Parts: sequence; structure tokens; C-alpha cells
Amino acid sequence: IVTMKAGNSRCAFSLGFLVGSCTLYIFLRQVWFEKSFGWKRDGKSNPAPLGPEQNTPNLTWRVEGSAVINLKHPHQPGEDGHIADELFKKVRILCWVMTGPSNLQSKARHVKATWSRHCNVVLFMSSEEDRSFPTVGLGTGEGRDQLYWKTIRAFHYALKNHGDEADWFLKTDDDTFVVVDNLRWILSNYTAEQPIYFGKRFKPYAKQGYMSGGAGYVLSKEALRRFVEGFSTKVCTHTSSVEDLAMGQCLEKMGVVAGDSRDTLHRETFHPFIPEHHLTGKFSKTFWYWNYCFGLFISYICLFLQGPQCCSDLAVSFHYVDPVLMYTLEYYTYRLRPYGYRHRYQPPVPAVLSLASHTGKPTTEAQRLEERVKEKSVPTYTMNPRAEKVKTTGTSHKCCPGEKRNRQKHCMIVNMIVSSCVNPE
Amino acid sequence: MRWRAGETDSRTDTTFLLFSGCVYGNECDVVASKCEHSSVLLKGLQSSMMSEGSSFMKGMILGGIFCLVMAFFETFNSGTHSEGREHLHHHLKPVSKDELQKLSESQMSDWTLQVRVYCLIMVTPKLLVHWATANDTWSKHCDKSVFYTSESSKALEAIDLQEQDEWARLRKAIKHAYENAGDLRWFFVARPTTYAIIENLKYLVLDKDPSQPFYIGHTEKSGELDYVEYDSGIVLSYEAMRRLIEIFKDEDRCPERGHALWKTPEEKQLATCLKYTGVFAENGEDAQGKGLFNKKSVSSLISDSMGQNPADVVEACCSDMAITFGGMSPSQIQVLMYGVYRLRPYGHDFHDSLTFLPPNDSDND
Repeated sequence: IVTMKAGNSRCAFSLGFLVGSCTLYIFLRQVWFEKSFGWKRDGKSNPAPLGPEQNTPNLTWRVEGSAVINLKHPHQPGEDGHIADELFKKVRILCWVMTGPSNLQSKARHVKATWSRHCNVVLFMSSEEDRSFPTVGLGTGEGRDQLYWKTIRAFHYALKNHGDEADWFLKTDDDTFVVVDNLRWILSNYTAEQPIYFGKRFKPYAKQGYMSGGAGYVLSKEALRRFVEGFSTKVCTHTSSVEDLAMGQCLEKMGVVAGDSRDTLHRETFHPFIPEHHLTGKFSKTFWYWNYCFGLFISYICLFLQGPQCCSDLAVSFHYVDPVLMYTLEYYTYRLRPYGYRHRYQPPVPAVLSLASHTGKPTTEAQRLEERVKEKSVPTYTMNPRAEKVKTTGTSHKCCPGEKRNRQKHCMIVNMIVSSCVNPE
Repeated sequence: MRWRAGETDSRTDTTFLLFSGCVYGNECDVVASKCEHSSVLLKGLQSSMMSEGSSFMKGMILGGIFCLVMAFFETFNSGTHSEGREHLHHHLKPVSKDELQKLSESQMSDWTLQVRVYCLIMVTPKLLVHWATANDTWSKHCDKSVFYTSESSKALEAIDLQEQDEWARLRKAIKHAYENAGDLRWFFVARPTTYAIIENLKYLVLDKDPSQPFYIGHTEKSGELDYVEYDSGIVLSYEAMRRLIEIFKDEDRCPERGHALWKTPEEKQLATCLKYTGVFAENGEDAQGKGLFNKKSVSSLISDSMGQNPADVVEACCSDMAITFGGMSPSQIQVLMYGVYRLRPYGHDFHDSLTFLPPNDSDND
């Protein structure tokens, strides 16, 4: 009994020891975890103090009714953006984004947070009005067959309500990513009084071609006036629900020229797909087959032939961009850069910019740099080398052998497109 | 037996029954008639409980004290070390813009020559596709890039070290690189699954003297050891390489093949060997404190940022002068090449103090 007693108390003692040390250990871990975690967090997200743009939105943008007006052009600390600022004032662009009530939070929100801050005026076009976002209510339904209706009404609305605030009118989807500064570079060589519009041009179905809806297209003010006039005079009507094709046909009737949006090396700037597809030309086999015979996704053929020279350094748009890619492209375009890297492609300065604004680097330094460049003979690109190669090998594709007659027709169209890819003019 | 001295606590009854076995032996003197007995029993009960309880309490207190002592001892040990290290090394940032602008032309050209990088890329035949991608993309921006493989394989153009063990292979590669460095003074060790922006690496080490030992990357802690993560790339200066070569000869401190049952990853072995030579790991970060070396892919980092900072995704995500990303597929790397070296908004200039020209033999940058 005595031993039992002693044993019991020893058990109790050791149990107590265990319990005590465990509880205190856990307690201490918690405390230290906080401390070290706090330090780590400090080290990691060490004050990227929010710039004035984000903290006080009233300084850089304001909402007027259903439009977002950007007052200042966003800048990175340490950058010299005076050329971009000048273009912001001289080439005013109204961006309207085709969206819908169900896409506001999943897609349009990210457009609002990223590239649309570089437009002069932004309008989000939906079937219903939403004052808080804000969106414009077009009074149509939703769905693919309503696209042309929405487009017609959106353009009418833009001209009527914001015609004086912009020179150019850009239409995009809510999954399009646009580098507005590069669009200004292209448009600065033209005036808003010219009846002209730009985008990713497709050749067939209309004599001068039409612009892909998803990749975005931009109309000059004169072109927009003629579009609106076309509807009021009934020259243009709601011919088809294929929005971009119908646009192309109407504008052609009204004498608006389909411009060439390629850069000085003849590389495309408006892209109907994401960068990965254009740069690597890769698609899943089944996807390629079905769409190859479909004729609609014509540019897949062009992609397959192109490689890294498919896309201009000064790209304007990409399509089918999901939210993660939207922020990624924003990061690649405006933030991530290689220090001191001298780009191969040096774009010419648009004539509209005053000579006085080209101070930048002092001349002696620039001269010395040019000498170094010549010494090292940095290769610059002339024409797309692959285009040359493909020309010689010929372009007859045996497409979809054994397919039914309607598919054969599509294959003939595809053949036509292939030849137009290789010989762009 | 009746204990009715004003308390007919049933609890007392049951406990009495429990102790009726007379745990306390001789003390348990049951004098049934007196009420005092109940109190005695209660006391006995209490005392029994008390002694149990007291030993329990004693145990708990002693356990707590023991734990505290151990903990303080540990922190005291590592505390002095880490504090010292933090103060001297831990964070490494690039030279500030103001400093750069104060420099003369000759100093600028000196630095441009000094900051040349030898890339050691450790491949295996399994990683053929990644080898091809690295070969075609970022490795061209190194002043000299050499691929080291574990065994030879068709189509893989690399120096065959004929070594399966990763640590031994790394040692051989380091020796080879040091002997063939020529006048290159900075060394970058990576696997082909990592993508590196060499220009930003040069920017980070621009004002650092390579005749001083530097061991830079994304640092992690393992117990007391600070080591640079392999997956996000390791930067070594010429002096650090020289000291490594020296300590490689010491089989006790820096053995070629460990004898432990478990294998220590080569990144930790490297850190240990360097520690013996007095070289400590430093975390590469930009002026705002954002890490420059990442082992995750860009899309992964952006997704994380979308979850944590939905109001300001890009700003909170990654540094503008980031050096490495990991875990990216070959197509994603092609997009990254385009995004880093080509895609840009017209009209935004940075007027960097140094200029790096594009390499001669590539068309994707």
C-alpha cells in the first residue's frame, strides 16, 4: 500500500511534468512563431508603400456617370514617362469594354484594375446598368447573337455622350489585354479626321477584310461618325450577328479604310490569342483539327508558320486572357524589365511629338552607345525570315480529305487564308 | 455509518467508499460514531488528494521550468548568432540610383567589365527539354554558360561529369568552373528548370567586390543553418569559390560522400562547407525589400497575390528587378522571354546607367 501510494505520486509527478512542459512549449512556440513570422513578413512585404495613384484615386481618376475618366497617366517610380504623357494628351482614346452582368466580378473587374487605367475614358458596356461598377446599360439581351446589337448601341452611346472627349474609339472584350501606350504610338501617325480603323485584319468575306472582334479594333472619330450615319441612313443594318464581320461590311460601305496596324518590321500588333499561342504556335491536336476545318479560327494557320517574330515588341492587344494572365501581362509590360538592356527593336519616333521633347540622354552618351552598337553589330530584323521560307515551298494543303462538301468549302477558304498569311499584301 | 454533521455530501460518501480500502493504512482510523471522523476522513481524503495533486502540481511546475530553461538556452545560442549575422550580412540590395549617378565614366566601364557571369547549369538526361529551353533562352545572356550533366545522353550537349550523386556532381562542376573561369568573377549555379534574368543579376552585384566572399540567393533557415535555396539559383563570387575549393580538400568538415543514413540536400551541404570558411548566406532583395530570387513561377506568384492582395495585385507580387523564377514550362519561358526582353509600352524610358547589349545568336529577345 505504501508502494502504491509512492507509485501513484510518482506517476502523478511525471504526468504533471509532461503536461507542464508540453503546455509551456506550445505556448512558447505560439509566441515565437508570432515574433519570427512577424519579422519574416516584414522582410518580405517590406513596405511597398502604395503610391499616390492607389491611395487617393481622386487624384488620378474620377467617375462621371457611367464613365471612368483617367486624369493622369500611371507612372512607375524612377521612370521618365514624358513621351508617354505627351501622347496621352495628343492621342485621346476612349476604351469601351464589352461585358455583361455575370462577368463583372470575374473578368471586367481585372480589366478595370489593369490596362484600362491607361485610356483617357473607359466605358464598361453591359446589357444592364450598374452605377456602382460603373457600367452602361445598353438595353439588349446577353449572348453571342446579341453581340452586334451591343456593338451598335455601344458605339452610338460613345459618340453621343463622349464624342468630344476622345479622338479614337477602341472596342475590346473583357478578356482582352491592351497596351494602350503602344496603340497611341500607332495612331499618332494618323489624325482623327481620317476615316480609318485598325485591328487584326482578316482577309476573306469582305473585299478589304475585317478586324477580329476579340483582338479589339479602334475607329477614328470620322469613322465612328460614318458608322452612326450609316445606321441613320439605313445604309448599314443589323446584317448578321457575327459582330466583327458585320462591322467590317458596314464600314466598307461607308468608305472607311481598313488600316495596317503592323509595326515597321511588318509584325502584327493586334493578336487574336494569348501570347503563348502566338509565340509557340502550339495547340492541342484535336482543337487544331476541328478548327482547321472550321475556317473560323483562320489565324491558327498563320501562327503555325511564324515563330517568335509573330508579335511586335510594341504589341497592342491579346485575346482570351484570363485574370491571372491579365495581371501577369501587366507585370511583364509595365514592371518587370532587364536592367540596362538595349532592345533590338528601336521604334521610330512619331512625327507628332515635338522635337523639344527628345532631350532624354545627352548626345555624347547616345553617340558612344551607337558606336558600341555598331562595333558589336547588333543584328536588327528586316523581314520575317520564315515568311520567305514558306513562300518557296508552296501553300497547297490537302485539307480534310474525304470530308463532306460544306467542309471542303471551308478548306478552300483556309487555303486562301494561308496564302494571304504568307503574302500579307 | 452516518456522517451527519450538517453535511450529507454524497460525494464524501462515495469517496469514503473509495478510500474505504484504507489507503492510508494505519492513519485510517475509522471511528464511526464521531462526526469528527468525517472531517478526519475528509482531511485524509484531502490530504491524499493533496499529495497526489501536489506531486502533480510539482511535476507541472518543474516541467514548465525545464521547458523554459531549454528554450532560453536555445535562443541564447542562436540569438547571438542570428543577430550578429543579421547585422552584418543577411540582406543584400543592389546599388542605389543616386550612387550610380555619382560615378565617373571610367568607373562605369570598369564595373561593366568586372560584372561578368559564368553560369553553371546542372542538368540530367531527364531534363532534356529544360536543357534545350535554357540553352535557347536565358543562358545566352551569361558571359559564359556551361552545362554539366550526370551522364552523357544523345542530343544533350553538356560536360559529362559521370557522377550520379548530386553533391559530388556539384563539387566537380564548381572545381571545373573555377579552373576555367578565365577573367570572369561571378558564378551563377542553377538547374535548367530555373529561369534567370542575368542583367538583373549583374545589377544586384554591380557594386560588390568579387574578391570578397559572397553567397547570395533566396535564403532559408534549417535549424541554425542559413542556406541559399537551390531552386531559385545560387550566386557565388570568385573569392567564395576559391574558399570552397580549399575546403573541399577537408574530408572531415566537407566530405564528398556523407555517411549518414539520410541524404542532406546539396544546398545545405554547400552552406555548411561555406560556413566553415566564414562565408554566410545573404538574401538578395531590391530597394523595397522584395525578394529577387523566386522558386515559383510568375503565374503562381500572381495567383498568390490575387488571393492575398486583391486590391493591388502586381505591386504586392514581385520585384521589378526580379532575377529568377522556377517551375516554368518551356512555353511559359518563351512567353517570359518575350515579356522581359521585348514587350514594353512605348514612351517609358529608364535611363539606366549601364547598358547591356543583346546576345548575338538568338531571335527571341
